[in-house]
Amino acid sequence: MTLSVEQLSVSINDRPVLRDLTFALADGERLGVIGGSGSGKTLTALAVQGLLPRGATVSGRILLDGVDVLALDDAELAKLRGDRVGMVFQEPKTALNPLHRLGRQMTESLHLHYRLSRGQRREAAEELARRVGLDDSARMLRSYPHQVSGGQRQRAAIAAAIAANPTLLIADEPTTALDVTVQQGVLRLFLELSETQGQALLFISHDLAVVAEVAERVIVLDRGELVEEGRIEDILATPRHPVTRALIEAADGRPA
Amino acid sequence: MSEQGTERRDPVLLEGRALVKRYRQPSERLFRREPETVALNRVSLAVREGESVAIVGESGSGKTTLLKQLLGLETPDAGEVRFAGTPVVPRRGDRMLWLRRNTGIVFQDPYSSLNPRMPVGAIVAEPLGALDLPGDHRALVIEMLERVGLPADTAERYPNEFSGGQRQRIALARALVHGPRLLVGDEPVSALDVLVRQRILAQLTELRQEMGLTLLTVTHDLGIVRQLAERLVVMRRGEIVEAGPIEDVLTRPEHPYTQQLIAAVPTLPRR
Repeated sequence: MTLSVEQLSVSINDRPVLRDLTFALADGERLGVIGGSGSGKTLTALAVQGLLPRGATVSGRILLDGVDVLALDDAELAKLRGDRVGMVFQEPKTALNPLHRLGRQMTESLHLHYRLSRGQRREAAEELARRVGLDDSARMLRSYPHQVSGGQRQRAAIAAAIAANPTLLIADEPTTALDVTVQQGVLRLFLELSETQGQALLFISHDLAVVAEVAERVIVLDRGELVEEGRIEDILATPRHPVTRALIEAADGRPA
Repeated sequence: MSEQGTERRDPVLLEGRALVKRYRQPSERLFRREPETVALNRVSLAVREGESVAIVGESGSGKTTLLKQLLGLETPDAGEVRFAGTPVVPRRGDRMLWLRRNTGIVFQDPYSSLNPRMPVGAIVAEPLGALDLPGDHRALVIEMLERVGLPADTAERYPNEFSGGQRQRIALARALVHGPRLLVGDEPVSALDVLVRQRILAQLTELRQEMGLTLLTVTHDLGIVRQLAERLVVMRRGEIVEAGPIEDVLTRPEHPYTQQLIAAVPTLPRR
């Protein structure tokens, strides 16, 4: 079991934001987390990495590869991130440092963990570029974030997240800022990576149609609570909760 | 593609003819001429009174550039724009109040488009003051807030007290408070989650009927156009590649790019 969240409750300034959340993610499994804004999706992703804001009160357990994340100190958490968990955000423009070349950023976590030589680092960067489908890698690795397209930036951000071979990859609305034709390629990349690298994937989105393209199983959150859980086909065929039905309806009114 | 024929007989409200816009890119070397990008390449578009038109395109398609020319916010390098027959010619120092009075705009991000230090009532009243319109501004604001489905005490509260969807309703109220004929949306629901998006789209449709509005929306999201518009215009690299009634374009797209765009929209598997 890669991830096991048990009865997780979180309050921020005495306002409950996650209530009694229990779910698990098997090794190599792709789990979608879906809900509207304010449902607690992003907070769940942050909690799993020990990134809750100051002033948050937490109860329950989060086991990542058997280690209780909530019991770790800052140094241990820093090691956990990048090493065990990789994270991809919605907006690669803000997630990447504008002052550093892509090649350097893609290998940052690797370098922190293994102290690579320049040659090793270049080799690792080239290998990563190949894995995330960044063509013309020599030029890409030398480029700064603003010099490449949104899709290429997101591929570079994904490369950075998977560089140290984490067991869990978390993606929070990773295609929301991308054009639809670019989105397709990035979603396919998540599928490929999960198949070739065997990483577990926690994929967060408000859009059920996007989640359905990558996830095998989904959990539906509403106001901090898990309201429905199941295999994607079952949820789509027989949704029980009104929020799930509304999400399906929202995703259905589209050109097919 | 040049002029698009429509079956509608209503008079044309907004028209752009053979619009061209070029931008200079920063030069790679000092003293070398800057390379130019053609953002709009002879684009023509007519929006008739009362209809709703959606312009769809990805980043770099020129959709926002087109909007800027149509609203007189930029001067095209060639071509002309007319609103209700009157030429739209941006000049320095001319605030074009006649055009502003007839148009309202809603932007993508309800977080950055509302001044956080002003109470909502003052934000919504802005166009009334700027256009120097007569009448009881406060009463108009209250009526408008009610119309977009916000609670009565909204006017006294501040933007940060509202959710993304409510903020977009506030932005809608501000865009419509002066009774424009044309409502323009620049990605009006793209920053909202799918559930809130549905409610705002329904609200837009309702307001359009109640107020007899003409709607022009630019968006990258083909998923929302069916609910929003009757006519679809597809742009790519500064040109209109396809245009027509929504159902025709969505079900029988002719241009390969439109086909590609439609195929790329994530949809739920058949059940």
